[in-house]
Amino acid sequence: MTFHVVAQVALSGLLMGLIYALVAAGLSLIFGLMDVVNFAHGELLMVAMFATFVIFQATGLDPLLQLPLVAILLFGLGVAIYRGLIARALSVQFNRGMVQIFVTFGLAIFLRGAVQFVFGGDFRSISGSLLGDRTLHLFGLFVPLPQMAAGIASLIAFAGLLLISRTEFGKALEATREDRDAVALIGIDRNKIFALGWGLGAATVGVAGALLAGFYYISPNVGANFALIAYVTVALGGFGSLLGALVAGLLIGLVEAMTALFLEPSLKQVGVYAVYLLVLMLRPRGLFGTI
Amino acid sequence: MELTAPVSLRLGHSATIRRRQHALILGAVLIVALGLLPLPIHDVYTQNLIILTLLFAGLAQAWNILGGYCGQISLGHALYFGIGGYVSTLLYLRLGIPPTLGMFVGGAFGAMAALLVGWPCFRLSGHYYAIATVVIGEIGYLLFLNWDFVGGANGLYIPFKGESLIALQFRTSKLPFHYAALIYAAACWFIAWVVEGSRYGFAWRAVKDDVVAARSLAVRIFPSKMLAAALSGLLTGIGGAIYAQYVGYLDPESMMSGTLSILIALPAVLGGVGTLWGPLLGAAVLTPVSELLRSYLGGSGRGVDLMFYGALIMAVSLARPAGLVSLFVWPGQAKLRRRRGDAA
Amino acid sequence: MATLLEVDGVSKSFGGVAANVDITFNVEEGAILGLIGPNGAGKTSLFNSISGEVTPDKGEIRLRGKRISGLGPVACSRAGVARTFQVVRSFDSMSVLENVMVGAFSHINRAREAARHALHTLDICGLGARADTPAHSLTPPEKRRLEVARALATNPTVLLLDEMLTGLTPTEAQAGVQLIRDVRRNGVTVVMVEHVMEVLLPLIDDAVVLNLGRVLTVGKPTDVVRNPEVIRAYLGDRYVAA
Repeated sequence: MTFHVVAQVALSGLLMGLIYALVAAGLSLIFGLMDVVNFAHGELLMVAMFATFVIFQATGLDPLLQLPLVAILLFGLGVAIYRGLIARALSVQFNRGMVQIFVTFGLAIFLRGAVQFVFGGDFRSISGSLLGDRTLHLFGLFVPLPQMAAGIASLIAFAGLLLISRTEFGKALEATREDRDAVALIGIDRNKIFALGWGLGAATVGVAGALLAGFYYISPNVGANFALIAYVTVALGGFGSLLGALVAGLLIGLVEAMTALFLEPSLKQVGVYAVYLLVLMLRPRGLFGTI
Repeated sequence: MELTAPVSLRLGHSATIRRRQHALILGAVLIVALGLLPLPIHDVYTQNLIILTLLFAGLAQAWNILGGYCGQISLGHALYFGIGGYVSTLLYLRLGIPPTLGMFVGGAFGAMAALLVGWPCFRLSGHYYAIATVVIGEIGYLLFLNWDFVGGANGLYIPFKGESLIALQFRTSKLPFHYAALIYAAACWFIAWVVEGSRYGFAWRAVKDDVVAARSLAVRIFPSKMLAAALSGLLTGIGGAIYAQYVGYLDPESMMSGTLSILIALPAVLGGVGTLWGPLLGAAVLTPVSELLRSYLGGSGRGVDLMFYGALIMAVSLARPAGLVSLFVWPGQAKLRRRRGDAA
Repeated sequence: MATLLEVDGVSKSFGGVAANVDITFNVEEGAILGLIGPNGAGKTSLFNSISGEVTPDKGEIRLRGKRISGLGPVACSRAGVARTFQVVRSFDSMSVLENVMVGAFSHINRAREAARHALHTLDICGLGARADTPAHSLTPPEKRRLEVARALATNPTVLLLDEMLTGLTPTEAQAGVQLIRDVRRNGVTVVMVEHVMEVLLPLIDDAVVLNLGRVLTVGKPTDVVRNPEVIRAYLGDRYVAA
């Protein structure tokens, strides 16, 4: 258990944490906007991974280069999900909270089945991409290039999200988040904002999926684990906070890696969940949460 | 009814009391009918289906007490199911304590676990509470998966030691298990009936309608939630013990997984949360459907069963948010439920 | 008569705005006390302090000598304080009887007994015939009655009525007055916030006038009404000293 090993694991955890942060950012966006928990968030990630895989098989286009494409695809999917399902769920007269939960749950199961139907349950992976199995030698540590690239891309994505938050659209999102009912008075079409918010949230997780596909295994069930970690990350970082998602993601990634190292690999999530419970008890609204 | 008639007479005729009496009569009739049902059936597959349906009807009703009536949507209920099953089984395997006794100990542990979870989590609002229960369920699953004392991933196998009522072991016929499951489902239903008309049932409805008014009438929310948790955990744990004996094998995957948690919650949600008949109706529809899907479509591993299942959940949630029972209510009640929906 | 409720130096601010400043008065047991004043005088805010919804920043409220301020609505209710709300808060998913049963359950454990007590209370309040009606389909005056019945079912020592008679037709208002008299006859002390002077003044035994968050004056209704400061505070209201 040398410092070297610890540092290696820590770095790996932080890089993964950036991906977690991105997934969480997408979830937090939707969550903060309309108080809807998207229980299909993990499945959106999974769909993005498969999309990346398919495009790679068909065109040989490297996952990194696919980012804009996958982002747009998932954006469309997010909007479609809002228009087709969520909007309806929001207008339900009875048991609204429960309907929202179970509608997205049903969607998650459906997506999982659909992908399994098309691709079967086998694990896939992308090999032969640009960065492939290359490793970088940094400060005496080995950093797999795909993970490194994913980390950098995540940071860029975060910067992008920050930029968007400064635009008209971003401000409209913020306004709708603060007071859903009042925004109509200043000419904001709530429905449109919700749809676009869903699109942006899905696109964000789509980018994460495309990045993950570069080095992670791809299977219909891969979404479930990431979803749980995303919930935990959002809870830790604070719902509706971009900075919170980033900080929390890094923290979670680190905790997970350290738990795997010092405890047992199969228990690595327990460390993460324990952190979640701690935060829940001590500071329910998370590190940077406003709700 | 004349206002001058004695109060007790007028009460006997009040809609509230009468509705409850009718429910009880219907319940009794149903129990007798279900008791007679298996006698002409000799096909093992069907017998198994009915037993599973009854078990899930009971489990769904147990979930309903916390999730439907009390309004705390738990998506990690398999934790209590698993704890009940494991405790009862371990008592049997290690100490020879028969499951007919051990199931109550298992249930007690389930209740304690539910209280432990509820204590810090009940102050969380709806969705956040649901997520917390998912995470806690996962923690339980992972812990049991890595714990050798309970058999870890390999699980526990209950050896057949001969036909016994006390030990709930039957090989020659599934009939005794049918009656065990029926008694379980009936007990859960009855307890829900009692709770619905008790001060706690009223308290939960009041809080759902208007929490400020409820508090001004001295409704103590937190203790009532803890009671719901304890009852729900107890009944779910007992169900787990019965299931363990029925199947003869436990492992975290079959007793504590997140999927199982959803299967426990789903019948009540689709059937109608916070209603007496919803969980039963939901289980009666979902259990056969999911079994059929799994055996006819799931075997190929191509996920068609999942697609159907997911589509079903989405469709019923959107089309009948009040649950399938709403298909059976008369117009006056329908308006009542819409009102409650607005408050929710 | 003994002093039942003591409001002692109660002050409460909300975000820098002083709703109540140094409010002090007593309520005699068995009395009907009117809390009057123009809009914004701090009446409902004071009610909220008495019923426990809100904790006063300064001062104390005592019921039979025991402090009830700052204990929260549930504890206050258990101590014997019941209230109605300005905007009626009925349990719309329940029937009239079931609504009142919620109140009955505050001191009764068994459902049958609670139903009996609830029906009895409904009879007192004139809603006995409507016991099985869904609460949401009552007329507004009936809903006000239901609130009173529900609060009454908790067997309170003091009942706070928040603008119970406002917006009623003269006939309805008279029926409401009779109800309040019946409530008092059943041994409950009443404190009521009201705007409708013509109806209120003949009903109450004592009056406390609030203005701009402070107590303006305390006394018998006939005296309070002739107080020039009170008239000045109400300038703009249609009421004129006889």
